[in-house]
Amino acid sequence: MEQAVCDINHLAECLVQSGVNRDLANLLLSLGGAVLVATVPLVTVLFLILTERKVAARVQDRLGPNRVGPFGLLQSVADAVKMLTKEDITPNGADKFIYNLAPIISFASVILIWAVIPFTPLHIGADLSIGILYFVAVASIGTVKIMIAGWSSNNKYALLGAFRTIAQLLSYEVPMVLALLVPVMIAGTMSMQEMVQVQGGMWFLFMAPVAAVMFFIANLAETGRAPFDLLEAESEIIAGYNIEYSGFKWGMFMAGEFIHAFTACLLAAVIFLGGWWGPGVEQVPVLGFLYLGLKTAVVYLLALVIRSTVPRVRIDQLMTLNWKWLVPISVGNVMITAFLLQVVKLLGLQPQSGDLLAALPQTIILLLGNLVLVAIVVQALRNQGRAQRLADEAAKHDDEQTAIVAVGD
Amino acid sequence: MAVLNEWAFIGVFFSIAWVFPFLPILGARLLAPRKPNSIKQSTYECGVETVGDTWVQFKVQYYIYGLIFLVFDVEIVFLFPWALAYNQLDMFGFFSGLLFVFFLFDALIYAWRKDALEWV
Amino acid sequence: MLEFNASTVAFVVFSLFSLGGALGVVTTRNLVHATLYLILSLFGAAGFFVLLSAPFIAAVQVLVYIGAIAILIVFAVMLTRSMTRLRELYNRQWILSGVVAGALFILLMVGVILPVWGVNGSQVGRPISDVVLGTVDLGVALVDKEQYVLPFEVASLLLTAAMIGAIVIARDDRE
Repeated sequence: MEQAVCDINHLAECLVQSGVNRDLANLLLSLGGAVLVATVPLVTVLFLILTERKVAARVQDRLGPNRVGPFGLLQSVADAVKMLTKEDITPNGADKFIYNLAPIISFASVILIWAVIPFTPLHIGADLSIGILYFVAVASIGTVKIMIAGWSSNNKYALLGAFRTIAQLLSYEVPMVLALLVPVMIAGTMSMQEMVQVQGGMWFLFMAPVAAVMFFIANLAETGRAPFDLLEAESEIIAGYNIEYSGFKWGMFMAGEFIHAFTACLLAAVIFLGGWWGPGVEQVPVLGFLYLGLKTAVVYLLALVIRSTVPRVRIDQLMTLNWKWLVPISVGNVMITAFLLQVVKLLGLQPQSGDLLAALPQTIILLLGNLVLVAIVVQALRNQGRAQRLADEAAKHDDEQTAIVAVGD
Repeated sequence: MAVLNEWAFIGVFFSIAWVFPFLPILGARLLAPRKPNSIKQSTYECGVETVGDTWVQFKVQYYIYGLIFLVFDVEIVFLFPWALAYNQLDMFGFFSGLLFVFFLFDALIYAWRKDALEWV
Repeated sequence: MLEFNASTVAFVVFSLFSLGGALGVVTTRNLVHATLYLILSLFGAAGFFVLLSAPFIAAVQVLVYIGAIAILIVFAVMLTRSMTRLRELYNRQWILSGVVAGALFILLMVGVILPVWGVNGSQVGRPISDVVLGTVDLGVALVDKEQYVLPFEVASLLLTAAMIGAIVIARDDRE
């Protein structure tokens, strides 16, 4: 952290010495930093869309975009240029101001998350003391954008899609935030930067695998990725809340969605995969970008493969999965971790320093606790599956009986 | 003051975040053709004429989910400081948290048994 | 006394959000618009909490009030037909409710201003107690036997009661 702070301070001092008001100098610097941080997702999204299309194509045994530029690298740029020339249609009866506001909020609410992401030990927008809660709060603004987009379009499909989406987003926020409680509890901090630093010895993925999986699944739903892409559901409500949007306003919804999916993977990498930690990162902090990028790419590719291979769930299945499985598991996970942390404390096995060996005993205990939870869940799933099969067989048997009676008559 | 500086950055971020989506939309407005007509602007419902008011009445299930979510949201808000301070707590702290969660879990089970969680 | 610096500017901006939003809520005829104004107003309140160095409360304000309660209000609006376009802005009790609201406002203002009336300017704005310093201290205090463990558990019971009550009222038990 020192280096960057020093440089920024020097820059501020320079400005102050050349006769600029101190507040103004700070403001200018924050402005520069904010523009810089916000530009990263803007550039990233161009390549995200391409990656997504390429991976989906490969899964489906196609080539994907490969005409514009080498390997189709410029495809997204071409799409953006095309989108600029598309006619922008505002439907009759739309609430004009709100209708135009929705895509802006949609994109802005995702960019805002990037303000607290630690890219390297030195580079972070703002290291808030409540970084994780900031992310949760900003993400909850996302529901507002869907509500106003669906409502202002004056279209029944849009409204239906928006309400379904909101129900989905609200529901999956619960396991997501409950999953975040576990790393907060282990690390004893809500600051993103400290959260990464604590993981120097051991990634939280190994201490809290269940929380990591919960976070991943809940985020798939929060970002509207398949198999939870009910907000799109082309075959039912055509496109959901953004059906009436066209041109670049629609583009902003799409770009926001892509960045959101990527940001969720980025957060998973920061919170559970040790963020910028990697060999040599303490000597050369810039390597942090590389390590964080690699970890994010792994999580993102996993999400992409799931998206291309798993069919969409029904809305009742979606709700059942959330309220009857994810929420109880997350609550149980929090309490098991809390109990084991007390056990660790009583045994005096807390990690004293930040290296692998010191963190090992705690990791093993927590990992075992998680395995027990997984075993319980698997058993419950088996029972559920067996009951389902028996019920199906009984129903089939009944059908056959009825059929025989019918023939007999 | 250092703390407030971090938040000043967030404030600046909030002020400029909306500019990024706004600029391309503005650019598209200048470049894109605009030839509105009544058919183009009609509500898109797969070619069928739209019937009645768009703001249809919604079923109560959405509201129940909203309420359950709200209760859990508030619960989590209480649990965050608890989790944050967890390193400094003893067994008593653990059992206070357990009791807190237990009450809430009761509510979830009640909702479950009453089929309030079913999507009907 | 009032210096021109970043926090003053922020305070003015948040006041505009908060008051403008509140004004919008009571003057618009459209309930969904009113909810959006309410969100603006609540956002201003969150800003105040940040300025008061209570970032945790600010995040909670956004998370619970904007992320949950505002959405819940929209759901409630959608449940009731023909509520999106109100014909009348006021009903017959507006004088009575105005008097009650005004009286409450004056009462609160007196309660806020009286303790600091005539106090030296440098004393104003100091926290009265320094028990809860940050979010960690809040967490410790919440489950401390000497402090707030009972309210903490009672809050949980209250939430449970609220949820059960909501389900009982909202559900249609005709079957």
